[in-house]
Amino acid sequence: MIKSLDPRVTRDQIELNNQIAPLQELDQWETYEVFHQKKRGDQHMHVGIVHAPNPEMALLFGKEQYGRRGITANIWVVKTANVFASEYEDQDIFETVPEKQYREAGGYKVMEKINKYKKEKKA
Amino acid sequence: MNHTKELLYKIADDLLIIGHRNSEWTGLGPILEEDIAFSSMAQDKIGQSQAIFQLLHELGEQEPDTVAFTRNANQLHNAVFTELPNGDYAFSTMRHFLYDVADQLRFEMLANSSYEPLAKVSRKVKGELKYHVFHANTWITKLGAATEESHARMQTALNECWNYALGMFEESEYEQQLISEKIFEGEAELKKRWLGAISPVLTKATLSIPDESTWQPQTGGRKGIHTEHLQPLLDEMSEVFKIDPTAEW
Repeated sequence: MIKSLDPRVTRDQIELNNQIAPLQELDQWETYEVFHQKKRGDQHMHVGIVHAPNPEMALLFGKEQYGRRGITANIWVVKTANVFASEYEDQDIFETVPEKQYREAGGYKVMEKINKYKKEKKA
Repeated sequence: MNHTKELLYKIADDLLIIGHRNSEWTGLGPILEEDIAFSSMAQDKIGQSQAIFQLLHELGEQEPDTVAFTRNANQLHNAVFTELPNGDYAFSTMRHFLYDVADQLRFEMLANSSYEPLAKVSRKVKGELKYHVFHANTWITKLGAATEESHARMQTALNECWNYALGMFEESEYEQQLISEKIFEGEAELKKRWLGAISPVLTKATLSIPDESTWQPQTGGRKGIHTEHLQPLLDEMSEVFKIDPTAEW
């Protein structure tokens, strides 16, 4: 008969004198970045990562990890290895001289608020 | 007990017992993400059983908690399959697959039941069940066809589960009445659809259903005849409740 694996029922017999094999590369599955969308039409927001052996399972896990506690319309998963990032040591490329502040995107933030207000008024 | 109550009890008890069994994996799952997914589905099952116990309560049975936590093994109607102890993860995954496909099909049929409260609950759980079956199918196809070891373990699990799984379709003495009143299309029809649904997935997973000449459905659960594994599960599940049945938690 099948023995229960529940530790409250039977304790798993782990032989402590057994050599535990050192971690090998790919002992861990790859990671996928998860993007969550609240409502259709909204932007997908990055919410975290999951470990998975393939995209299908990444979606499977992404749903439970990030989609079960709130409203969700859709999720994306992207293999972390496929994300290309800038280097932090090059962070200075984003700096700008004070007199060029007019080029900063602060105005967009205000537009978001205006659009939200307009939408609410309509509804 | 009338035909509708008997139908509700077997559905609710299956959900309650498999929900509890699967929850025993919490903290022990093979990887964190799977641990969370499997536990979350176990929780869904308990929630679904509560919805069905609520229907029973509306038909004059006791409160859902009382019904769930104060009956003895011989008063439960779950299929024996759902009470078997967890083996390795292959066994639990295979049981999850075989049970959840049946569960999804049963609720799909019941969504058109002439008993409207049950039809309503059935439509409500559709999304949860869709995910449960998606989860099960993904694992079965992946593990069945991955490595020699994973294939062998999944085939062993399928062989171990099979006759117990067939026991899920044990017919009720009210079968004809349920069918003629259009409450439920019956276990035979469900079993037919179930075989049709699991076969292509198992084929894709390169797993073989045991030869039909060896089929021996392990029944009895629907009539309160259980294995020695059910009572300890019930004792454990109701431990907190029994300390103080009136406590809010």
